[in-house]
Amino acid sequence: MRKLPWVSILIIGGMVFAAIFAPYLTPHSPIEQTLPDKLLPPFWEATGSTKYILGTDIFGRDVLTRLLYGARVSLIVTALSLLVGGGVGLTIGIASGYIGGRLDSLLMRLVDAAFTFPAILFALLLAVTMGQGLDTLVVAIGLLLWAGFARIIRGEVLALKQRDFVALAKVHGCSELRIMVTHILPNVMNTFMVLVTLNVGAVIVAEASLSFLGAGIPPPTPSWGLMVAEGRGKISSAWWLSLLPGIAITMVVLTFNLFGDWLRDRLDPKLRQL
Amino acid sequence: MQRYIVKRLFQGLLLLVIVSTIVFAVGRLTGNPVDLLLPEEASEEERQAMIEALGLDGPILEQFVVFITGAVQGDLGVSIRYRQPAVDVFFSRLPNTLMLMPGVMLLAIVMAIPLGVLSALRRGRLTDRISGTIAVLGIATPNFWLGILLIYLFSVQLGWLPSSRMGDWSHFVLPTVTLGTFLVAGFMRLIRSSMLDILDSEFVKLARIKGLSEMKVVWKHCLRNALIPVLTLWGVFMGALVTGTIVTETVYAWPGVGRLTYEAVIFRDYPLLQAVVIMDAVLILVINLVVDILYAYVDPRIRFT
Repeated sequence: MRKLPWVSILIIGGMVFAAIFAPYLTPHSPIEQTLPDKLLPPFWEATGSTKYILGTDIFGRDVLTRLLYGARVSLIVTALSLLVGGGVGLTIGIASGYIGGRLDSLLMRLVDAAFTFPAILFALLLAVTMGQGLDTLVVAIGLLLWAGFARIIRGEVLALKQRDFVALAKVHGCSELRIMVTHILPNVMNTFMVLVTLNVGAVIVAEASLSFLGAGIPPPTPSWGLMVAEGRGKISSAWWLSLLPGIAITMVVLTFNLFGDWLRDRLDPKLRQL
Repeated sequence: MQRYIVKRLFQGLLLLVIVSTIVFAVGRLTGNPVDLLLPEEASEEERQAMIEALGLDGPILEQFVVFITGAVQGDLGVSIRYRQPAVDVFFSRLPNTLMLMPGVMLLAIVMAIPLGVLSALRRGRLTDRISGTIAVLGIATPNFWLGILLIYLFSVQLGWLPSSRMGDWSHFVLPTVTLGTFLVAGFMRLIRSSMLDILDSEFVKLARIKGLSEMKVVWKHCLRNALIPVLTLWGVFMGALVTGTIVTETVYAWPGVGRLTYEAVIFRDYPLLQAVVIMDAVLILVINLVVDILYAYVDPRIRFT
Protein backbone atom coordinates (compact mmCIF):
# COMPACT_ATOMS: atom_id res chain seq x y z
CA MET A 1 0.00 0.00 0.00
CA ARG A 2 1.23 3.43 -0.93
CA LYS A 3 1.18 6.06 1.77
CA LEU A 4 -1.54 8.68 1.85
CA PRO A 5 -1.32 11.21 -1.01
CA TRP A 6 -0.98 14.25 1.24
CA VAL A 7 -0.49 16.79 -1.52
CA SER A 8 -3.71 15.73 -3.22
CA ILE A 9 -5.60 15.71 0.06
CA LEU A 10 -4.35 19.21 0.89
CA ILE A 11 -5.34 20.67 -2.48
CA ILE A 12 -8.74 18.98 -2.50
CA GLY A 13 -9.29 20.06 1.12
CA GLY A 14 -8.30 23.60 0.17
CA MET A 15 -10.78 23.65 -2.68
CA VAL A 16 -13.62 22.37 -0.52
CA PHE A 17 -12.70 24.92 2.16
CA ALA A 18 -12.72 27.73 -0.42
CA ALA A 19 -16.05 26.55 -1.77
CA ILE A 20 -17.71 26.50 1.64
CA PHE A 21 -16.17 29.61 3.20
CA ALA A 22 -15.78 31.78 0.09
CA PRO A 23 -17.85 34.68 1.53
CA TYR A 24 -15.61 34.84 4.64
CA LEU A 25 -12.34 34.58 2.77
CA THR A 26 -12.70 37.69 0.67
CA PRO A 27 -14.02 41.21 1.20
CA HIS A 28 -15.17 41.52 -2.44
CA SER A 29 -18.34 40.40 -4.15
CA PRO A 30 -18.04 37.93 -7.05
CA ILE A 31 -20.82 39.67 -8.99
CA GLU A 32 -20.97 43.36 -8.12
CA GLN A 33 -19.12 45.56 -10.57
CA THR A 34 -16.57 48.23 -9.62
CA LEU A 35 -15.98 49.82 -13.00
CA PRO A 36 -13.30 52.36 -11.91
CA ASP A 37 -11.08 49.42 -10.88
CA LYS A 38 -11.48 47.43 -14.10
CA LEU A 39 -8.67 45.40 -15.69
CA LEU A 40 -6.13 45.82 -12.89
CA PRO A 41 -3.29 43.26 -13.16
CA PRO A 42 -2.20 40.97 -10.28
CA PHE A 43 -0.33 42.67 -7.44
CA TRP A 44 3.17 41.68 -8.58
CA GLU A 45 2.86 43.66 -11.81
CA ALA A 46 3.80 47.36 -11.78
CA THR A 47 0.27 48.74 -11.93
CA GLY A 48 -1.26 46.06 -9.70
CA SER A 49 -2.49 46.63 -6.19
CA THR A 50 -2.65 44.39 -3.13
CA LYS A 51 -6.33 45.24 -2.83
CA TYR A 52 -6.93 42.87 -5.74
CA ILE A 53 -4.31 40.14 -5.33
CA LEU A 54 -4.97 38.43 -8.66
CA GLY A 55 -6.26 41.51 -10.49
CA THR A 56 -9.71 42.42 -11.76
CA ASP A 57 -11.78 41.66 -14.86
CA ILE A 58 -13.46 43.96 -17.39
CA PHE A 59 -16.18 44.83 -14.88
CA GLY A 60 -13.74 45.48 -12.04
CA ARG A 61 -14.61 42.27 -10.23
CA ASP A 62 -11.85 40.66 -8.16
CA VAL A 63 -10.45 37.61 -9.99
CA LEU A 64 -9.43 35.78 -6.80
CA THR A 65 -12.93 36.20 -5.37
CA ARG A 66 -14.46 34.83 -8.53
CA LEU A 67 -12.03 31.90 -8.46
CA LEU A 68 -13.06 31.06 -4.89
CA TYR A 69 -16.76 31.24 -5.70
CA GLY A 70 -16.06 29.35 -8.92
CA ALA A 71 -14.76 26.43 -6.82
CA ARG A 72 -18.21 26.33 -5.27
CA VAL A 73 -19.97 26.12 -8.66
CA SER A 74 -17.51 23.49 -9.84
CA LEU A 75 -18.02 21.29 -6.78
CA ILE A 76 -21.81 21.58 -6.72
CA VAL A 77 -22.08 20.70 -10.40
CA THR A 78 -19.60 17.85 -10.00
CA ALA A 79 -21.34 16.35 -6.97
CA LEU A 80 -24.83 16.55 -8.47
CA SER A 81 -23.90 15.22 -11.88
CA LEU A 82 -21.92 12.33 -10.42
CA LEU A 83 -24.92 11.54 -8.25
CA VAL A 84 -27.29 11.60 -11.23
CA GLY A 85 -25.05 10.08 -13.92
CA GLY A 86 -23.37 7.61 -11.56
CA GLY A 87 -26.70 6.66 -10.00
CA VAL A 88 -28.30 5.95 -13.35
CA GLY A 89 -25.23 4.01 -14.47
CA LEU A 90 -25.21 2.00 -11.23
CA THR A 91 -28.89 1.10 -11.54
CA ILE A 92 -28.59 0.14 -15.19
CA GLY A 93 -25.39 -1.80 -14.56
CA ILE A 94 -26.94 -3.88 -11.77
CA ALA A 95 -30.21 -4.47 -13.62
CA SER A 96 -28.46 -5.33 -16.86
CA GLY A 97 -25.94 -7.67 -15.26
CA TYR A 98 -28.29 -9.38 -12.84
CA ILE A 99 -31.43 -9.76 -14.94
CA GLY A 100 -29.51 -10.47 -18.16
CA GLY A 101 -31.26 -11.73 -21.27
CA ARG A 102 -32.95 -9.33 -23.64
CA LEU A 103 -32.86 -6.43 -21.22
CA ASP A 104 -29.11 -6.86 -20.96
CA SER A 105 -28.52 -6.90 -24.71
CA LEU A 106 -30.79 -3.89 -25.21
CA LEU A 107 -29.12 -1.87 -22.46
CA MET A 108 -25.64 -2.77 -23.63
CA ARG A 109 -26.53 -1.67 -27.17
CA LEU A 110 -27.50 1.68 -25.68
CA VAL A 111 -24.20 1.80 -23.81
CA ASP A 112 -22.30 1.09 -27.04
CA ALA A 113 -24.26 3.82 -28.78
CA ALA A 114 -23.48 6.23 -25.95
CA PHE A 115 -19.78 5.44 -26.31
CA THR A 116 -19.67 6.09 -30.04
CA PHE A 117 -21.72 9.25 -29.97
CA PRO A 118 -20.14 12.27 -28.25
CA ALA A 119 -22.43 13.21 -25.36
CA ILE A 120 -21.31 16.83 -25.57
CA LEU A 121 -23.57 17.27 -28.61
CA PHE A 122 -26.62 16.24 -26.59
CA ALA A 123 -25.47 18.51 -23.81
CA LEU A 124 -25.38 21.45 -26.22
CA LEU A 125 -28.77 20.47 -27.62
CA LEU A 126 -30.23 20.47 -24.12
CA ALA A 127 -28.69 23.85 -23.36
CA VAL A 128 -30.47 25.35 -26.37
CA THR A 129 -33.87 23.75 -25.73
CA MET A 130 -34.03 23.81 -21.93
CA GLY A 131 -32.03 27.00 -21.51
CA GLN A 132 -28.83 27.35 -19.53
CA GLY A 133 -28.90 26.47 -15.86
CA LEU A 134 -27.80 24.09 -13.15
CA ASP A 135 -30.45 21.48 -13.98
CA THR A 136 -29.54 21.40 -17.68
CA LEU A 137 -25.87 21.14 -16.86
CA VAL A 138 -26.39 18.27 -14.42
CA VAL A 139 -28.52 16.30 -16.88
CA ALA A 140 -26.03 17.00 -19.67
CA ILE A 141 -23.01 15.84 -17.70
CA GLY A 142 -25.02 12.90 -16.36
CA LEU A 143 -25.46 11.84 -20.00
CA LEU A 144 -21.72 11.93 -20.36
CA LEU A 145 -21.18 9.59 -17.42
CA TRP A 146 -23.81 6.88 -17.15
CA ALA A 147 -22.52 4.55 -19.86
CA GLY A 148 -19.05 4.15 -18.39
CA PHE A 149 -20.50 3.35 -14.97
CA ALA A 150 -23.07 0.94 -16.39
CA ARG A 151 -20.53 -1.06 -18.37
CA ILE A 152 -18.08 -1.59 -15.52
CA ILE A 153 -20.70 -2.25 -12.83
CA ARG A 154 -22.39 -4.76 -15.13
CA GLY A 155 -19.10 -6.64 -15.45
CA GLU A 156 -18.76 -6.82 -11.68
CA VAL A 157 -22.35 -7.98 -11.27
CA LEU A 158 -21.88 -10.77 -13.82
CA ALA A 159 -19.13 -12.19 -11.62
CA LEU A 160 -20.99 -11.63 -8.34
CA LYS A 161 -24.09 -13.36 -9.67
CA GLN A 162 -22.23 -16.68 -9.77
CA ARG A 163 -21.18 -16.52 -6.14
CA ASP A 164 -22.60 -18.82 -3.48
CA PHE A 165 -24.13 -16.10 -1.36
CA VAL A 166 -26.45 -15.13 -4.19
CA ALA A 167 -27.53 -18.74 -4.68
CA LEU A 168 -28.07 -18.99 -0.92
CA ALA A 169 -30.23 -15.87 -0.91
CA LYS A 170 -32.31 -17.37 -3.71
CA VAL A 171 -32.77 -20.60 -1.74
CA HIS A 172 -33.91 -18.50 1.19
CA GLY A 173 -36.63 -17.12 -1.03
CA CYS A 174 -35.37 -13.57 -1.46
CA SER A 175 -37.05 -11.70 -4.28
CA GLU A 176 -34.91 -10.67 -7.25
CA LEU A 177 -35.22 -7.01 -6.28
CA ARG A 178 -34.14 -7.76 -2.73
CA ILE A 179 -31.11 -9.69 -3.95
CA MET A 180 -30.11 -6.80 -6.19
CA VAL A 181 -30.50 -4.19 -3.47
CA THR A 182 -29.24 -5.94 -0.35
CA HIS A 183 -26.78 -8.48 -1.75
CA ILE A 184 -25.40 -7.16 -5.03
CA LEU A 185 -25.42 -3.41 -4.40
CA PRO A 186 -23.19 -3.38 -1.28
CA ASN A 187 -20.66 -5.51 -3.14
CA VAL A 188 -20.28 -3.09 -6.03
CA MET A 189 -20.07 0.00 -3.82
CA ASN A 190 -16.26 -0.16 -3.70
CA THR A 191 -16.03 -0.12 -7.46
CA PHE A 192 -18.67 2.59 -7.60
CA MET A 193 -16.72 4.85 -5.24
CA VAL A 194 -13.54 4.33 -7.24
CA LEU A 195 -15.37 5.18 -10.46
CA VAL A 196 -16.82 8.30 -8.85
CA THR A 197 -13.37 9.52 -7.80
CA LEU A 198 -11.79 8.65 -11.13
CA ASN A 199 -14.48 10.67 -12.92
CA VAL A 200 -14.33 13.86 -10.85
CA GLY A 201 -11.59 15.30 -13.04
CA ALA A 202 -13.45 14.52 -16.25
CA VAL A 203 -16.60 16.12 -14.87
CA ILE A 204 -14.80 19.31 -13.88
CA VAL A 205 -13.34 19.56 -17.40
CA ALA A 206 -16.77 18.85 -18.91
CA GLU A 207 -18.38 21.56 -16.79
CA ALA A 208 -15.68 24.04 -17.72
CA SER A 209 -15.90 23.12 -21.42
CA LEU A 210 -19.68 23.51 -21.51
CA SER A 211 -19.46 26.84 -19.68
CA PHE A 212 -16.76 27.90 -22.12
CA LEU A 213 -19.07 27.05 -25.04
CA GLY A 214 -21.87 29.11 -23.55
CA ALA A 215 -23.89 26.10 -22.46
CA GLY A 216 -23.09 26.01 -18.74
CA ILE A 217 -24.11 28.06 -15.73
CA PRO A 218 -25.22 31.45 -17.12
CA PRO A 219 -23.26 34.61 -16.22
CA PRO A 220 -22.72 36.49 -13.97
CA THR A 221 -22.33 33.45 -11.66
CA PRO A 222 -18.58 32.75 -11.64
CA SER A 223 -17.59 29.45 -13.21
CA TRP A 224 -13.99 28.69 -14.13
CA GLY A 225 -14.84 27.72 -17.71
CA LEU A 226 -16.87 30.88 -18.16
CA MET A 227 -14.03 32.99 -16.75
CA VAL A 228 -11.64 31.51 -19.32
CA ALA A 229 -14.17 32.28 -22.06
CA GLU A 230 -14.69 35.85 -20.86
CA GLY A 231 -10.97 36.51 -20.71
CA ARG A 232 -10.29 35.04 -24.12
CA GLY A 233 -10.83 38.25 -26.08
CA LYS A 234 -8.50 40.13 -23.73
CA ILE A 235 -5.64 37.68 -23.90
CA SER A 236 -3.20 40.17 -25.42
CA SER A 237 -3.80 42.90 -22.81
CA ALA A 238 -5.03 41.06 -19.72
CA TRP A 239 -3.53 37.56 -19.64
CA TRP A 240 -4.59 36.89 -16.05
CA LEU A 241 -8.28 36.78 -16.94
CA SER A 242 -8.18 33.49 -18.80
CA LEU A 243 -4.84 32.00 -17.79
CA LEU A 244 -5.48 31.99 -14.01
CA PRO A 245 -8.81 30.13 -14.03
CA GLY A 246 -7.25 27.63 -16.45
CA ILE A 247 -4.45 27.00 -13.99
CA ALA A 248 -7.06 26.42 -11.29
CA ILE A 249 -8.90 23.90 -13.47
CA THR A 250 -5.74 22.03 -14.48
CA MET A 251 -4.42 21.88 -10.93
CA VAL A 252 -7.66 20.63 -9.43
CA VAL A 253 -8.28 18.08 -12.18
CA LEU A 254 -4.72 16.80 -11.92
CA THR A 255 -5.11 16.45 -8.17
CA PHE A 256 -8.40 14.60 -8.37
CA ASN A 257 -7.00 12.28 -11.03
CA LEU A 258 -3.96 11.42 -8.90
CA PHE A 259 -6.18 10.91 -5.86
CA GLY A 260 -8.50 8.69 -7.92
CA ASP A 261 -5.54 6.57 -9.05
CA TRP A 262 -4.45 6.18 -5.47
CA LEU A 263 -7.93 5.20 -4.29
CA ARG A 264 -8.27 2.70 -7.14
CA ASP A 265 -5.00 1.00 -6.22
CA ARG A 266 -6.15 0.93 -2.64
CA LEU A 267 -9.72 -0.30 -3.02
CA ASP A 268 -10.02 -1.99 -6.36
CA PRO A 269 -6.76 -2.83 -8.14
CA LYS A 270 -8.68 -4.82 -10.75
CA LEU A 271 -9.71 -1.56 -12.37
CA ARG A 272 -6.05 -0.84 -13.13
CA GLN A 273 -6.55 -1.85 -16.74
CA LEU A 274 -8.93 1.01 -17.44
CA MET B 1 -17.19 -11.29 -43.67
CA GLN B 2 -20.42 -10.23 -45.33
CA ARG B 3 -22.42 -11.18 -42.28
CA TYR B 4 -20.06 -9.10 -40.19
CA ILE B 5 -20.52 -6.04 -42.41
CA VAL B 6 -24.29 -6.41 -42.38
CA LYS B 7 -24.27 -6.73 -38.60
CA ARG B 8 -22.15 -3.61 -38.24
CA LEU B 9 -24.31 -1.70 -40.68
CA PHE B 10 -27.36 -2.67 -38.69
CA GLN B 11 -25.75 -1.51 -35.42
CA GLY B 12 -24.84 1.78 -37.07
CA LEU B 13 -28.38 2.37 -38.28
CA LEU B 14 -29.62 1.64 -34.78
CA LEU B 15 -27.35 4.40 -33.46
CA LEU B 16 -28.72 6.77 -36.07
CA VAL B 17 -32.30 5.92 -35.08
CA ILE B 18 -31.49 6.47 -31.39
CA VAL B 19 -29.80 9.81 -32.11
CA SER B 20 -32.61 11.13 -34.28
CA THR B 21 -35.26 9.96 -31.82
CA ILE B 22 -33.48 11.80 -29.02
CA VAL B 23 -33.08 14.93 -31.16
CA PHE B 24 -36.77 14.76 -32.01
CA ALA B 25 -37.82 14.17 -28.41
CA VAL B 26 -35.60 16.93 -27.03
CA GLY B 27 -37.09 19.37 -29.55
CA ARG B 28 -40.66 18.60 -28.46
CA LEU B 29 -40.03 18.29 -24.75
CA THR B 30 -39.82 21.96 -24.10
CA GLY B 31 -43.15 23.30 -25.24
CA ASN B 32 -43.73 24.51 -28.75
CA PRO B 33 -41.03 23.48 -31.23
CA VAL B 34 -42.09 26.32 -33.52
CA ASP B 35 -40.41 28.69 -31.09
CA LEU B 36 -37.18 26.74 -31.52
CA LEU B 37 -37.39 26.30 -35.25
CA LEU B 38 -38.35 29.80 -36.33
CA PRO B 39 -36.60 33.11 -35.71
CA GLU B 40 -38.21 35.26 -33.03
CA GLU B 41 -39.46 37.85 -35.49
CA ALA B 42 -41.32 35.26 -37.61
CA SER B 43 -44.82 36.29 -38.65
CA GLU B 44 -48.01 34.53 -37.58
CA GLU B 45 -48.40 33.18 -41.14
CA GLU B 46 -44.95 31.62 -41.10
CA ARG B 47 -45.77 30.01 -37.79
CA GLN B 48 -49.02 28.59 -39.13
CA ALA B 49 -47.25 27.32 -42.25
CA MET B 50 -44.67 25.51 -40.14
CA ILE B 51 -47.29 24.02 -37.82
CA GLU B 52 -49.00 22.57 -40.88
CA ALA B 53 -45.79 21.41 -42.56
CA LEU B 54 -44.66 19.54 -39.47
CA GLY B 55 -48.16 18.39 -38.53
CA LEU B 56 -47.69 19.92 -35.10
CA ASP B 57 -51.42 19.83 -34.44
CA GLY B 58 -51.47 16.11 -35.23
CA PRO B 59 -50.48 13.15 -33.03
CA ILE B 60 -46.85 12.87 -31.92
CA LEU B 61 -46.23 9.72 -33.95
CA GLU B 62 -47.27 11.46 -37.13
CA GLN B 63 -44.91 14.32 -36.33
CA PHE B 64 -42.11 11.81 -35.87
CA VAL B 65 -42.84 10.28 -39.26
CA VAL B 66 -42.73 13.75 -40.88
CA PHE B 67 -39.42 14.47 -39.13
CA ILE B 68 -37.80 11.17 -40.13
CA THR B 69 -39.04 11.38 -43.73
CA GLY B 70 -37.54 14.85 -43.99
CA ALA B 71 -34.29 13.72 -42.36
CA VAL B 72 -33.87 10.78 -44.73
CA GLN B 73 -34.28 13.13 -47.69
CA GLY B 74 -31.64 15.43 -46.25
CA ASP B 75 -34.10 18.05 -45.05
CA LEU B 76 -33.28 19.01 -41.48
CA GLY B 77 -34.79 22.46 -41.47
CA VAL B 78 -33.56 25.94 -42.28
CA SER B 79 -30.84 27.60 -40.25
CA ILE B 80 -32.18 30.68 -38.46
CA ARG B 81 -28.90 32.54 -38.66
CA TYR B 82 -27.81 31.67 -42.19
CA ARG B 83 -31.30 31.49 -43.72
CA GLN B 84 -30.41 28.48 -45.84
CA PRO B 85 -30.93 24.74 -45.42
CA ALA B 86 -29.01 23.64 -42.31
CA VAL B 87 -27.54 20.61 -44.09
CA ASP B 88 -26.06 22.86 -46.80
CA VAL B 89 -24.43 25.06 -44.16
CA PHE B 90 -22.97 21.96 -42.54
CA PHE B 91 -21.44 20.73 -45.81
CA SER B 92 -20.04 24.15 -46.67
CA ARG B 93 -18.03 24.07 -43.43
CA LEU B 94 -17.05 20.42 -43.43
CA PRO B 95 -14.01 20.72 -45.76
CA ASN B 96 -12.37 23.23 -43.40
CA THR B 97 -12.58 20.75 -40.53
CA LEU B 98 -11.37 17.86 -42.66
CA MET B 99 -8.36 19.92 -43.72
CA LEU B 100 -7.19 19.92 -40.11
CA MET B 101 -7.38 16.16 -39.71
CA PRO B 102 -4.30 14.88 -41.59
CA GLY B 103 -2.02 17.07 -39.49
CA VAL B 104 -3.73 16.09 -36.26
CA MET B 105 -3.53 12.40 -37.05
CA LEU B 106 0.07 12.68 -38.13
CA LEU B 107 1.01 14.52 -34.95
CA ALA B 108 -0.84 12.03 -32.77
CA ILE B 109 0.88 9.09 -34.47
CA VAL B 110 4.35 10.63 -34.59
CA MET B 111 4.24 11.52 -30.92
CA ALA B 112 2.17 8.74 -29.39
CA ILE B 113 3.75 5.67 -30.97
CA PRO B 114 7.43 6.31 -30.14
CA LEU B 115 6.62 7.64 -26.67
CA GLY B 116 4.25 4.80 -25.90
CA VAL B 117 6.68 2.14 -27.10
CA LEU B 118 9.69 3.66 -25.38
CA SER B 119 7.95 4.03 -22.05
CA ALA B 120 6.83 0.41 -22.21
CA LEU B 121 10.40 -0.69 -22.95
CA ARG B 122 11.84 1.40 -20.13
CA ARG B 123 9.09 0.84 -17.68
CA GLY B 124 9.60 2.78 -14.46
CA ARG B 125 12.71 4.56 -15.75
CA LEU B 126 13.15 8.22 -16.59
CA THR B 127 11.62 8.06 -20.12
CA ASP B 128 8.55 6.35 -18.72
CA ARG B 129 8.21 8.89 -15.93
CA ILE B 130 8.52 11.84 -18.31
CA SER B 131 6.00 10.47 -20.77
CA GLY B 132 3.74 9.52 -17.88
CA THR B 133 3.87 13.09 -16.61
CA ILE B 134 3.10 14.45 -20.08
CA ALA B 135 0.13 12.10 -20.31
CA VAL B 136 -1.23 13.01 -16.87
CA LEU B 137 -0.84 16.72 -17.60
CA GLY B 138 -2.32 16.31 -21.08
CA ILE B 139 -5.40 14.64 -19.65
CA ALA B 140 -5.84 17.24 -16.91
CA THR B 141 -5.43 20.32 -19.13
CA PRO B 142 -8.71 21.41 -20.68
CA ASN B 143 -8.37 21.64 -24.44
CA PHE B 144 -9.82 25.15 -24.69
CA TRP B 145 -7.42 26.50 -22.14
CA LEU B 146 -4.42 24.86 -23.79
CA GLY B 147 -5.48 26.67 -26.97
CA ILE B 148 -5.56 30.03 -25.22
CA LEU B 149 -2.24 29.34 -23.50
CA LEU B 150 -0.63 28.58 -26.88
CA ILE B 151 -2.11 31.77 -28.33
CA TYR B 152 -0.67 33.71 -25.40
CA LEU B 153 2.77 32.18 -25.80
CA PHE B 154 3.17 32.01 -29.58
CA SER B 155 0.97 34.84 -30.83
CA VAL B 156 0.94 37.45 -28.09
CA GLN B 157 4.37 37.02 -26.48
CA LEU B 158 6.54 35.71 -29.30
CA GLY B 159 4.45 36.89 -32.24
CA TRP B 160 5.45 33.85 -34.30
CA LEU B 161 2.08 32.45 -35.26
CA PRO B 162 -1.37 33.86 -36.07
CA SER B 163 -3.97 33.36 -33.38
CA SER B 164 -7.11 32.85 -35.40
CA ARG B 165 -8.92 32.16 -38.67
CA MET B 166 -7.75 30.29 -41.72
CA GLY B 167 -4.90 31.28 -44.00
CA ASP B 168 -1.52 29.95 -45.09
CA TRP B 169 0.24 27.05 -43.36
CA SER B 170 1.08 29.07 -40.25
CA HIS B 171 -2.62 29.22 -39.37
CA PHE B 172 -2.71 25.45 -39.16
CA VAL B 173 0.04 25.06 -36.57
CA LEU B 174 -1.70 26.04 -33.33
CA PRO B 175 -5.07 24.31 -33.97
CA THR B 176 -3.25 21.15 -35.04
CA VAL B 177 -1.05 21.12 -31.95
CA THR B 178 -4.02 21.81 -29.64
CA LEU B 179 -6.18 19.09 -31.10
CA GLY B 180 -3.25 16.68 -31.46
CA THR B 181 -2.17 17.05 -27.82
CA PHE B 182 -5.70 16.21 -26.81
CA LEU B 183 -5.40 12.83 -28.51
CA VAL B 184 -1.73 12.07 -27.81
CA ALA B 185 -2.11 11.55 -24.07
CA GLY B 186 -4.78 8.86 -24.41
CA PHE B 187 -3.12 7.21 -27.41
CA MET B 188 0.25 7.05 -25.71
CA ARG B 189 -1.01 5.39 -22.53
CA LEU B 190 -2.99 2.88 -24.53
CA ILE B 191 0.00 1.91 -26.66
CA ARG B 192 2.15 1.65 -23.55
CA SER B 193 -0.20 -0.70 -21.75
CA SER B 194 -0.81 -2.94 -24.75
CA MET B 195 2.94 -3.01 -25.48
CA LEU B 196 3.53 -4.15 -21.91
CA ASP B 197 1.08 -7.03 -22.38
CA ILE B 198 2.60 -8.07 -25.66
CA LEU B 199 6.24 -7.88 -24.59
CA ASP B 200 5.34 -10.65 -22.15
CA SER B 201 3.78 -13.00 -24.68
CA GLU B 202 5.15 -16.26 -26.06
CA PHE B 203 5.62 -15.24 -29.66
CA VAL B 204 7.88 -12.40 -28.60
CA LYS B 205 10.04 -14.85 -26.65
CA LEU B 206 10.12 -17.04 -29.73
CA ALA B 207 11.16 -14.15 -31.94
CA ARG B 208 13.99 -13.38 -29.53
CA ILE B 209 15.09 -17.02 -29.34
CA LYS B 210 15.14 -17.11 -33.13
CA GLY B 211 17.77 -14.42 -32.82
CA LEU B 212 15.87 -11.57 -34.42
CA SER B 213 17.29 -8.16 -33.71
CA GLU B 214 15.67 -6.27 -30.87
CA MET B 215 14.67 -3.56 -33.36
CA LYS B 216 12.68 -6.05 -35.38
CA VAL B 217 11.10 -7.69 -32.37
CA VAL B 218 9.90 -4.43 -30.89
CA TRP B 219 8.97 -2.32 -33.88
CA LYS B 220 7.61 -5.07 -36.07
CA HIS B 221 6.34 -8.00 -34.08
CA CYS B 222 5.22 -6.15 -30.97
CA LEU B 223 4.04 -2.83 -32.33
CA ARG B 224 1.77 -4.38 -34.95
CA ASN B 225 -0.07 -6.31 -32.30
CA ALA B 226 -0.05 -3.44 -29.86
CA LEU B 227 -1.91 -1.27 -32.34
CA ILE B 228 -4.96 -3.57 -32.33
CA PRO B 229 -6.47 -2.11 -29.13
CA VAL B 230 -5.99 1.35 -30.62
CA LEU B 231 -8.26 0.30 -33.47
CA THR B 232 -10.72 -1.25 -31.02
CA LEU B 233 -11.03 2.00 -29.14
CA TRP B 234 -11.24 3.98 -32.37
CA GLY B 235 -14.91 4.79 -31.77
CA VAL B 236 -14.08 6.39 -28.42
CA PHE B 237 -11.33 8.45 -30.03
CA MET B 238 -13.72 9.61 -32.73
CA GLY B 239 -16.03 10.91 -30.04
CA ALA B 240 -13.16 12.69 -28.34
CA LEU B 241 -12.10 14.14 -31.67
CA VAL B 242 -15.54 15.64 -32.31
CA THR B 243 -15.58 17.17 -28.82
CA GLY B 244 -12.04 18.47 -29.27
CA THR B 245 -12.89 19.95 -32.66
CA ILE B 246 -15.79 21.97 -31.26
CA VAL B 247 -13.61 23.49 -28.55
CA THR B 248 -10.46 23.98 -30.64
CA GLU B 249 -12.23 25.56 -33.59
CA THR B 250 -14.04 27.88 -31.19
CA VAL B 251 -10.77 29.03 -29.65
CA TYR B 252 -9.09 29.69 -33.00
CA ALA B 253 -12.19 30.99 -34.82
CA TRP B 254 -11.60 28.23 -37.37
CA PRO B 255 -14.53 28.23 -39.81
CA GLY B 256 -15.26 24.50 -39.62
CA VAL B 257 -18.02 22.29 -38.32
CA GLY B 258 -16.91 22.62 -34.70
CA ARG B 259 -17.11 26.39 -34.77
CA LEU B 260 -20.48 26.04 -36.51
CA THR B 261 -21.71 23.92 -33.58
CA TYR B 262 -20.64 26.64 -31.16
CA GLU B 263 -22.35 29.34 -33.24
CA ALA B 264 -25.54 27.30 -33.31
CA VAL B 265 -25.47 27.18 -29.49
CA ILE B 266 -24.61 30.84 -29.00
CA PHE B 267 -27.23 32.09 -31.46
CA ARG B 268 -29.79 29.55 -30.25
CA ASP B 269 -30.08 28.31 -33.84
CA TYR B 270 -31.90 25.07 -33.07
CA PRO B 271 -32.46 23.81 -36.65
CA LEU B 272 -28.75 24.22 -37.36
CA LEU B 273 -27.71 22.46 -34.15
CA GLN B 274 -30.13 19.64 -34.85
CA ALA B 275 -28.66 19.22 -38.31
CA VAL B 276 -25.09 19.29 -36.98
CA VAL B 277 -25.87 16.63 -34.37
CA ILE B 278 -27.50 14.29 -36.87
CA MET B 279 -24.89 14.85 -39.57
CA ASP B 280 -22.13 14.24 -37.02
CA ALA B 281 -23.83 10.97 -36.15
CA VAL B 282 -23.91 10.00 -39.83
CA LEU B 283 -20.23 10.88 -40.26
CA ILE B 284 -19.17 8.98 -37.14
CA LEU B 285 -21.20 6.02 -38.30
CA VAL B 286 -19.65 5.93 -41.76
CA ILE B 287 -16.09 6.35 -40.50
CA ASN B 288 -16.54 3.75 -37.78
CA LEU B 289 -17.99 1.33 -40.29
CA VAL B 290 -14.98 1.74 -42.57
CA VAL B 291 -12.59 1.31 -39.63
CA ASP B 292 -14.49 -1.76 -38.42
CA ILE B 293 -14.29 -3.38 -41.83
CA LEU B 294 -10.58 -2.63 -42.12
CA TYR B 295 -10.14 -3.98 -38.63
CA ALA B 296 -11.88 -7.23 -39.45
CA TYR B 297 -9.71 -7.44 -42.52
CA VAL B 298 -6.51 -6.95 -40.54
CA ASP B 299 -7.44 -9.22 -37.66
CA PRO B 300 -9.28 -12.41 -38.71
CA ARG B 301 -10.22 -13.15 -35.09
CA ILE B 302 -12.79 -10.35 -35.26
CA ARG B 303 -14.83 -11.53 -38.20
CA PHE B 304 -15.49 -14.96 -36.76
CA THR B 305 -16.81 -13.90 -33.38
